[in-house]
Amino acid sequence: MRGYAVRFLEVDLSTEKVKELKFDESILRQYIGGRGLATKILWDRLGDRWETINPLGPENILLVLTGPLTGFFPGSRICVSGKSPQSNGVVGSTVAGEFPVELKCAGYDGLIVTGKAAKPSYLFITDSQAEIRDASHVWGKNGKQTLKMLTREGREELKKRFPMYGEWKDPAILYIGPAGENKVRMAAVMAKWAHAAGYGGYGAVMGSKNLKALVAKGTGPLPEVEDIEKVRELIDEVSDRCYSEDVLRRWGTAAAGYEVGAILGSEPIRNWQEEWHDEKSFGVDKFEQRVWIKKYWGDFGCPTTCLKVAMVKAGPFKGAIGDNPDYELQAYLGTNLGIFTPEENVYLSSLIDDLGLCGIQCGNVLGFAGELYQRGILTKEDLDGIELKWGDAEAFATLAKKVAMRKGIGDILAEGSYRAALKIKEMKKKDVMQYVVHEKGMAVGAHGVRSEKDYTTDISYACSVQAGDHTSPAYLPIHHGNSELTIILHDSGVYCWFNTFNLPRTLKWDFFKAVTGWEIEPEEWYETTARRILHLQRALLLLGGPDLKWNPKLHDDNPPRFYEPLPSGPYAGKKVDRAKFEDSKKEYYEEVGWDENGIPKSEELKRLGLGEVDRVLKQKVR
Amino acid sequence: MKPKKTFCPSVFGESAKLSSQGSIWIVRDYLRCSGCRKCEIACSLFHEKRIWPEASRIRVFMLVPGAEFPHFCTQCEDYPCVKSCPVDALSVSKDTGAVLVDKEKCTACGLCIDACPGRVPHIHPTEKYAVICDLCGGNPQCVKVCREGGWDVLRAVSKADEKNMGRNRAYKLYARKPEEVTRDLVASLYEAEEEWI
Repeated sequence: MRGYAVRFLEVDLSTEKVKELKFDESILRQYIGGRGLATKILWDRLGDRWETINPLGPENILLVLTGPLTGFFPGSRICVSGKSPQSNGVVGSTVAGEFPVELKCAGYDGLIVTGKAAKPSYLFITDSQAEIRDASHVWGKNGKQTLKMLTREGREELKKRFPMYGEWKDPAILYIGPAGENKVRMAAVMAKWAHAAGYGGYGAVMGSKNLKALVAKGTGPLPEVEDIEKVRELIDEVSDRCYSEDVLRRWGTAAAGYEVGAILGSEPIRNWQEEWHDEKSFGVDKFEQRVWIKKYWGDFGCPTTCLKVAMVKAGPFKGAIGDNPDYELQAYLGTNLGIFTPEENVYLSSLIDDLGLCGIQCGNVLGFAGELYQRGILTKEDLDGIELKWGDAEAFATLAKKVAMRKGIGDILAEGSYRAALKIKEMKKKDVMQYVVHEKGMAVGAHGVRSEKDYTTDISYACSVQAGDHTSPAYLPIHHGNSELTIILHDSGVYCWFNTFNLPRTLKWDFFKAVTGWEIEPEEWYETTARRILHLQRALLLLGGPDLKWNPKLHDDNPPRFYEPLPSGPYAGKKVDRAKFEDSKKEYYEEVGWDENGIPKSEELKRLGLGEVDRVLKQKVR
Repeated sequence: MKPKKTFCPSVFGESAKLSSQGSIWIVRDYLRCSGCRKCEIACSLFHEKRIWPEASRIRVFMLVPGAEFPHFCTQCEDYPCVKSCPVDALSVSKDTGAVLVDKEKCTACGLCIDACPGRVPHIHPTEKYAVICDLCGGNPQCVKVCREGGWDVLRAVSKADEKNMGRNRAYKLYARKPEEVTRDLVASLYEAEEEWI
């Protein structure tokens, strides 16, 4: 097999046993890697009792998987997965950085982590070996401290083991912050300072396993490929095309903090009460000129380098450092909290990263709390003395820290906005559900659908198997580049979706062939391979549990707020039209092979060799 | 469109012409490094026909995020590594001025690493010899990819060109240990004094 190291590491933290395992070529051919393979592993191991599995219990499985294209396709990422403590389904949550490359160079395609460690631990992976090490000294440390300590420790250990090698580079590290340790459902798996596998809440899964970090340093080559000359040519072609994407390259997604609000009218503002603003103080020029200290910052092999390094240089938040907030964090830790200046936005993003929280999920729950405060439902007393006024970065920062530490009101909000809303509804005896902007327990991405100007549509979140994930929208037509069925390829491959924006449609298939030798026909992909992964994810999402279960008839829907008319801007009055949405939903179900209730059809599952899935769905869902 | 040059132009100017016959030097501007590591990919593809970051003759260190920089041979005027070799495995290329490693003679003893003020060489991950930048025989692949991307962290200039070279012959200054370079970059980027590494 080409493109794969063909070995996976399985680590049982309960028994402290580490073993290697392999998958047959037929499995890898069908499920590729990353998101696809994660879904397959989870179904095989937990599918028959999925609804009883506590995502934050030792019985959950944490998967950290590369794909065959990882390291080869420009812009390497790795897919983190497991049973999600947010959706109770499976989310393939990808994060960039050098970890996937180091892992492959160490001789492994991925990690399967089971059980729970008796004490805080981290995994240290070097060439063809792995050991579980004590992490007591880094437990409780924030992101920057954790990264510094483990980088230092990793290099010292390598130097001790191989003193003659020369200078050791930094090992690559995936880690959790205090939020993950405290099993906050919105905790991310972090890399570097600001890279996050946010959707899914797998930081909390790591925390529940007492697993602080994964540290990897490999010295081998990336695996053999089918045709290295062709791979080299394709790398050049992808790179050249990305080099010509001036907007994404120069500003990353940070131009959108102003533009999505002002032009598209689809940016969350004050918990989505509005989606339009014209705050020029939030223009990308302000970010570039006031806080950027590095204009092009990227990860292994990336030609786009949409990241920028930012630091606040003056004022009350002086010294805050992180990447420049990308669009999602500009929105969720900016406009959604009524914040419209680069300095406050960088400060909050930097803090949230350090705490190991997902900026989207956390910004959503902070906004939700902000609206409840605005409406007098949550009072200063409820919020442990915080006056949670829109635009007050310090107040939101104080609340975010409480969330990460599960202190006071933070303990409720740490459950994420939907679960928090259910508790607050009980507590206050008031209907607060209309203010939660979520999809199946997950905050939705910062791309509204009411104005109909953004790339997301009324079915994007409602019908996605990854719930609120804006990087995996349900989309018609299903062959489109924005469609979940296309994105499954990137997430299973595993490489960066952003570096595919300007490519000829056929290039990705050529890349797969040059690396793996497999000819994937687009028809085969959309009719068979992608469908199989989609249906498995859908089945697990619908099985759900143990705390929440989704009924597509009720829950394949937009957040209530999206049915309220937009109050301001050029698209004032627009809202999701329920009749039109129902039609689109019906069409989407038909297109992907789901019945009128949104459940994968029997004959479709049997056609794809998923008879067992059909049996379980019949028994528990239909 | 490639990114505009927004940093100070190098003191060496744009006029240096490359010649495979003349000694060259790779000028560095670390603050422009995006950390994309395309130099590692290009180097290992050229020398190993694989993508192999640890066998690359140029290695990007990231001891602190944002402070990435490429670490590779600077061809010191006095070549301390060559002098340190007990088995005469190292020599200086007459064409390029690069340090050449004789893979047969080298015993991977590591003395060249200790002799290098920047501890630049390292031992090949699977073979028994030290790896040191050979300037790809005069057409360094790292420079090529860095320029294609418009990063311009690396530029090759002719050592023979007096117009360029009247100013700085102290190449050895650029042989610094990774920690030292990182500290300088951290001071510059983050205006930080405390220990970040």
